Amino acid sequence: MHRYDKENDEVVSQEEACVGCHRCVTLCPTNALTVHKNQLQFKSHGNWTDWAIRNIYKQAETGGVLLTGMGNDRPYPIYWDHLLLNASQVTNPSIDPLREPMELRTYLGRKPERLELDLGREVLSLKENIPPQLKLETPILFSAMSYGAISYNACEALARAAEILGIYYNTGEGGLHPNLYKYGKNTIVQVASGRFGVHKEYLDVAAAIEIKIGQGAKPGIGGHLPGEKVTDEISKTRMIPKGTDALSPAPQHDIYSIEDLRMLIFALKEATRYRKPVSVKIAAVHNSAAIASGIVRAGADIIAIDGFRGGTGAAPMVIRDNVGIPIEFALASIDQRLRDEGIRHQASIVVAGGFRNSADIFKAIALGADAVYIGTAALIAMGCHMCQKCYTGKCNWGIATQDPYLTKRLNPDIAVERLVNLINAWSHEIKEMLGGMGINAIESLRGNRLALRGIGLTDTELNILGVLPAGR
Amino acid sequence: MKRIFIREEFCIGCRLCEIHCLVAHSSSKDIIKVFKKEKPRPISRIIVEQKGYNSFSLQCRHCDKPYCLEACMSGALYRDEKSGAILQDKEKCVGCWMCIMVCPYGVIKREINNKKVSSKCDLCIDREIPICVERCPNQALILKEV
Repeated sequence: MHRYDKENDEVVSQEEACVGCHRCVTLCPTNALTVHKNQLQFKSHGNWTDWAIRNIYKQAETGGVLLTGMGNDRPYPIYWDHLLLNASQVTNPSIDPLREPMELRTYLGRKPERLELDLGREVLSLKENIPPQLKLETPILFSAMSYGAISYNACEALARAAEILGIYYNTGEGGLHPNLYKYGKNTIVQVASGRFGVHKEYLDVAAAIEIKIGQGAKPGIGGHLPGEKVTDEISKTRMIPKGTDALSPAPQHDIYSIEDLRMLIFALKEATRYRKPVSVKIAAVHNSAAIASGIVRAGADIIAIDGFRGGTGAAPMVIRDNVGIPIEFALASIDQRLRDEGIRHQASIVVAGGFRNSADIFKAIALGADAVYIGTAALIAMGCHMCQKCYTGKCNWGIATQDPYLTKRLNPDIAVERLVNLINAWSHEIKEMLGGMGINAIESLRGNRLALRGIGLTDTELNILGVLPAGR
Repeated sequence: MKRIFIREEFCIGCRLCEIHCLVAHSSSKDIIKVFKKEKPRPISRIIVEQKGYNSFSLQCRHCDKPYCLEACMSGALYRDEKSGAILQDKEKCVGCWMCIMVCPYGVIKREINNKKVSSKCDLCIDREIPICVERCPNQALILKEV
């Protein structure tokens, strides 16, 4: 991109290669650099935008599928921005979280049908065994991002931050590097269609297991890690030959029905002696509610739903931009369906897909989520500048790359600190919002849609979200 | 005693340590003026070594057994009692450059125009944290008590 021309004694930049990652801007010691959008425009047209024209040029040149990275960037509505929160005034006092204790602790997993106390003994105890639970100090987890899609340093940073924060990170379908086994109690391991890196120890060291059926950025599509990214360490971790493409099939070849899913869930539970919760992750699609009901009945302890804004290391642009539904609708309809069927307690709901701040998370919990997965936000905390070039493997911030020149740009010590700061900041904000509502536990907010009001939404949208319009 | 430690696994070879070292040891202390106006341009006391993707920045190790101090015939090099750093009295330096010859790390350099004086890391003795450590964007240099 930048090169020194000795003859002219000046630095030249090759503007057409700039992806807008801001690496040069950030490091320039004199703040002399800035990145502007190229002013060159095609003649303005409502239908034939720059974006549409350029994509045709690219495909006419290459004859290939357009690839992209990160989540859906098209200007679809963001329903979080159409939801407003409530606060206490006069009749119910608000609480100051700096003076009074606030509870954000969250347990994920199947809850018992009812609680029966054994009154016969001296110490009160429960009659029935509580199924395995994940204990989170704050209702946030780091999304599935595989070692391969992201660098080892990025994986290490997520693992270490999760341990410090008392939350969990997810390995994605990249296996688990042996150096990270020590963070096992904060690790959710994924079993996906390629079964990469799945072995006994992988399941044993983890806190929970997640079966990945789909991903918000590319529902119905498998994964593809190009061979050049499959380095020595990745080949060992994924248990595939070095330099070969790691192709995750689109479907799980042993799952063609809810009954098949049940077999895999119980195979994994059996393999881990029923000590770990099993999660099933799906992309938010049109009939998510019915699918979720099936997943719960199949025995999942946690359902993870990934909305259409969910990120990815690489996906066909046409899929990323056009497939799936907003997480807000998927969450609201799934929570409602499970309640209607009386099985909501059988599984926790974790939602994912483009959560930008603590307010989005707060609103999701009020809509019925138990916790929220954050992926892109975590990457941004580590340094990502959203240039959406993850699929090239040349991430300038050392995150979505395996190039040894680039991976060392991410110092896990710094990344851990920044991740911990972000989650702590959001947790503080969540406590402030809870306090403002006069409640002192996140449990009292969960599924409490009366805490929300819609603004600028149609009756149908309000109906799906199950919230009243502002002013009602 | 505090020393600068190198974490080569995180050095990205950006050479900002060199730039900031040079500015901190200039007369104007202003990055633009240093590069545009100061003649001769001061030189950095820190050196970035690079081969392939391996890189690290190296400055005076302030050795426990400093060869440079032994070799300095004029007594211009001395150990600062408080910080333990090897410093240099420019007045006393005669420009024999024996320190440059004996330094096993090759981190003592001659100042371009001033033929008498050699240039070496002074551990930024006036600052709490040496400038290279403070400005390293990736914490590849850290200051640790030894």
